[in-house]
Amino acid sequence: MTETVIKVEELSKQYRLGKIGTGSLAHDLNRWWHSMRGKDDPYLKIGQINDRTTKGNSEYVWSLRDINFNIQQGDAVGIIGRNGAGKSTLLKVLSRVTAPTTGSVKIKGRVASLLEVGTGFHPDLSGRENIYLNGAILGMRKAEVRRKFDEIVDFAGVERYIDTPVKRYSSGMYVRLAFAVAAHLESEILIVDEVLAVGDSEFQKKCLGKMGDVSKGEGRTVLFVSHNMGSIKELCNSGILLSNGTIQATGEINDVLDKYKTNSFSASPLWENSKQSKKPLTITKISIKNESGSLSNLFSINDEILIEVEATAFEDLKNSTIAINIHSGDGAHILSIEDISSYPTLIKIREKGFYSLICKIPKKLLNKGVYTVRVGSGIIRVQNFMNIHELSFEIINDAEEERVTNHLKGYIYPNVSLQFQYQKHN
Amino acid sequence: MQTASTTETWDLEIKPKTKLLDLHLKDVWKYRDLMVLFVKRDFVAQYKQTILGPVWHFIQPILTTMMFVLVFGRIARIPTEGVNPILFYLSGITIWNYFSASLTNTSSTFISNAHIFGKVYFPRLVMPISVILSNLIRLGIQFLLLFSVMAWRYLQGDLILITWYWLCIPLIILLMAGISLGCGIVISSLTTKYRDFNVLLGFIVQLGMYATPVAYPLSYLKGKGFKWIVDLNPLTSVVEAFRYCLLGRGTVEPTSILYSIVFMLIVLFIGAILFNKTEKTFMDTV
Repeated sequence: MTETVIKVEELSKQYRLGKIGTGSLAHDLNRWWHSMRGKDDPYLKIGQINDRTTKGNSEYVWSLRDINFNIQQGDAVGIIGRNGAGKSTLLKVLSRVTAPTTGSVKIKGRVASLLEVGTGFHPDLSGRENIYLNGAILGMRKAEVRRKFDEIVDFAGVERYIDTPVKRYSSGMYVRLAFAVAAHLESEILIVDEVLAVGDSEFQKKCLGKMGDVSKGEGRTVLFVSHNMGSIKELCNSGILLSNGTIQATGEINDVLDKYKTNSFSASPLWENSKQSKKPLTITKISIKNESGSLSNLFSINDEILIEVEATAFEDLKNSTIAINIHSGDGAHILSIEDISSYPTLIKIREKGFYSLICKIPKKLLNKGVYTVRVGSGIIRVQNFMNIHELSFEIINDAEEERVTNHLKGYIYPNVSLQFQYQKHN
Repeated sequence: MQTASTTETWDLEIKPKTKLLDLHLKDVWKYRDLMVLFVKRDFVAQYKQTILGPVWHFIQPILTTMMFVLVFGRIARIPTEGVNPILFYLSGITIWNYFSASLTNTSSTFISNAHIFGKVYFPRLVMPISVILSNLIRLGIQFLLLFSVMAWRYLQGDLILITWYWLCIPLIILLMAGISLGCGIVISSLTTKYRDFNVLLGFIVQLGMYATPVAYPLSYLKGKGFKWIVDLNPLTSVVEAFRYCLLGRGTVEPTSILYSIVFMLIVLFIGAILFNKTEKTFMDTV
């Protein structure tokens, strides 16, 4: 039976924007006056939704608003959302760095949070001294650190430098050591903010592996914030999608990720140049269409996908190109096509005028999933005029195919030409 | 399988507000290793890459004492109750330094550790307590200097006695530590949002020394009209009692000692309430 280890109820967090000075003092006095008379905080009512792009008229914003969720023991939960969605605030509240404005969080078991690697590292102390110090800051007893010391040093791979002050370390070594300490905490719940951005890919892999062990192998609970969808997908089994301080979706990680991907791109399969910007080679319109020529961004594996681009050249251009790129939802670059590869004469001269091109993506090329389209124009190896990354489409599996291939992963659909030669030997 | 879990027990509940006085002293005790390591860090890191290292602990009081001998002894000719001036000033400076260092360091608890507090939770009280402790070690080192000067004066023929009163010295230091911790956490809580107090504190400490019998004996003020200012200072009796226990000279009255003790308790109590209130949300305003 799984047990709820984290229970978040009606959690909200309000922040005040702007400077602290006489203005905030007046608010403080007013708030104090209200509390002396037993009334509620008057500024709790006027908070606005936290959207950093729009200009608001309130000095108060809700960084988190009425958050409710439960986390079961052993879950690896990925928290995703755009910058400013409230991910880090949520982790801060969960790790008790700051208190919520309203609501409550109930937790079972010891929490270790890694909001930053190397918190409290003192540059003048040696690696050895810092392991003990950092371990203690994270809540380990001295004996516990001593027991795991060799393991930590080994994991970090900095044995040679262990008695050198950490200010002499390379930034990669610094991070390795810091993560190693945190990774060896014995806690029931591990909270990790995006901290693996530094460090080389080998070490990132090692960290993810370690976190995977923590959640799958040892049955501990992991909360993980990252913008790297690949690592979230690899590590987590469920997800929470935050947007402007509220929960947009919770549930199975792949569903949440898909929701995030489609949310972050416009749902419309059509993009038109609204800014009327005039570059030498201007892209005016991009549309995604199906075989019959109508706009769509939902396809089956058996559908052909048409990407139509309209562009205007305002002058005669040499070495100009229009390129269409397809990216996977987690950011991998799947393919790119340029108009000049089909029409080499365009390299010598692209005459002034209006162009329209259609790129056909054959059926059974891309596997099911969400893909994004990026269209660019420019002079080869010299200049980029435009780079539009706005549209996305989704490919789903046909019912008849599903039985055989639905479980197959990867960006490329396992097409006929890729089949195995099957032989049975006696 | 459904078990009745109506009375679930949670290890931790994070709520916006806490009780007025909830200091997590149990948690502080759990983090005692961290406290020790902070003390060690303060101590080791301070003199890393210096040649003289801990010798600097001696140089500062020696130079201050020399200056006092010159200014207060030779120029102002303030008597020192028959005690050798060097010993008189050094004893005052030693205990005063402990107070001023503890106060200034604890009062910046939140601000100077915001980068750590913002990233990880541990009982915030660990920080000011570790500051008090590391200053205690510094005081211990400076005591070595004080004792060697006493030994020197003894060899010179001064009357220096080891009395039962020496046993009171730890209590006096504890009183000093309590007052500095109390004042320090009050100020640190007040300065998280509005920094004005921090500016004030720098010269309050400087001026405070002149309102405390560090460079003069309390008996020197007898009959003077402004003596009440010095009497109001809760540190006056602490410094006087310290000299009385160590050197056998000083003006100590039970009422003034009691006044200091009550002051310590009150300021610690207020400090605890303010600190407790501030520590939860100071990260948003610091």
